[in-house]
Amino acid sequence: MLDCAIIGGGPAGLTAGLYATRGGLKNVVLFESGMPGGQITQSSEIENYPGFFEHTKTGMDFMDTWQEQCFHFGLKHEMKRVERVSKSGEHFAVRLENGEIVEAKSVIVCTGSTPKRAGFKGEEEYFGRGVSTCATCDGFFYKDKPVTVLGGGDTALEEAYYLSNICSEVYVVHRRDTFRAAPSTVERVKRKENIHLITDAVIEEVLGDAMGVNGVKIKDKEGRITQLDTPGLFVFVGHNVNNSVLQDEKGGFICETNDWGQVVVDLSMRTSVEGLYAAGDMRIEAPKQVVVAAGDGATAALQVISYIQEQG
Amino acid sequence: MGKYVELTSENFDATVAEGVTMVDFWAPWCGPCRMIAPVIEELAADFEGKATIAKVNTDEEQELAVKYGIRSIPAILFFKNGEVVDQMVGAASKDAFAEKINAQL
Repeated sequence: MLDCAIIGGGPAGLTAGLYATRGGLKNVVLFESGMPGGQITQSSEIENYPGFFEHTKTGMDFMDTWQEQCFHFGLKHEMKRVERVSKSGEHFAVRLENGEIVEAKSVIVCTGSTPKRAGFKGEEEYFGRGVSTCATCDGFFYKDKPVTVLGGGDTALEEAYYLSNICSEVYVVHRRDTFRAAPSTVERVKRKENIHLITDAVIEEVLGDAMGVNGVKIKDKEGRITQLDTPGLFVFVGHNVNNSVLQDEKGGFICETNDWGQVVVDLSMRTSVEGLYAAGDMRIEAPKQVVVAAGDGATAALQVISYIQEQG
Repeated sequence: MGKYVELTSENFDATVAEGVTMVDFWAPWCGPCRMIAPVIEELAADFEGKATIAKVNTDEEQELAVKYGIRSIPAILFFKNGEVVDQMVGAASKDAFAEKINAQL
């Protein structure tokens, strides 16, 4: 029987593991199907985590520094995907992909979110063949070529800037005429000569052939269509919450969630089920920042420690 | 314990020519590639003697990446007797990769 099962190995899960084990829990396992690190490892820059201010470093460099520390106090890593969590009586059953069941006294779910698809024609067909959601992964394949970026938030503009240093031209398509991204990022993007902002416009269709994408059709608010012959299209239009581990066999949630599938928690990261906590990007009101996810993880782990002590 | 094979343009064709081979096209700067790196190592051990598990560093082997039309990584191609028979894009769990390999054995 585990004292605590932590599901998901991003900043929230790693920090929860660090706090739970350093706080004295002996039997704590972090379930993550590969090397921990989370979505931030796909980010080309991180300059808003206090204490880490190295302009040339990426999200992957940043998370490298977490590994040794978070596993130092006895946190164990199981490289398995969790199918779902359920509670019977006092305890939780964590069901793994291979059908194996692991029992735990408490569970912290921090499965984060996944980049959303925008829903234009051809997106699924060409995903991985010109349509991408990871600029640090795939920008390299468009060296000195023009690319299109879809979106207007922080990720879209940060990654457009990153791509502008690799690609010949970067066309940013955004459905509004103002950007949600941080003002400093917007300014930096506007100053970059090879970034072209196309506002009040949407992507109608991505075009391609057997070799992959070779263009995009863009529609402005008057309905006029223009075509950009760019072989790469990077989509940054927000995220979907990864909440499937909290669904039962019938698809209902085992704890309270809101209309967007985010998990309802209180300020202690407690869900509506006793002993079950949620942390990081998947919870309600999540600012989706590494520093917040880490804080959530710590909060949840401290609660778990008290919970286990109360249980005796 | 089995180890994955590091492929280059020199040994690629000969390696995939016979039997079942899973090839992970990756690069050092790619977060999801790094995430599945320990999974690839475990698969190499699990499938020793049954299938070949291999990796291509697309940063160093750009010709191979172009030849196989790689535009997103990690890209995982499954070969049977030299032919591409299946592929996946993006990180996935060990069981998901194992299932794809087993389907070709």
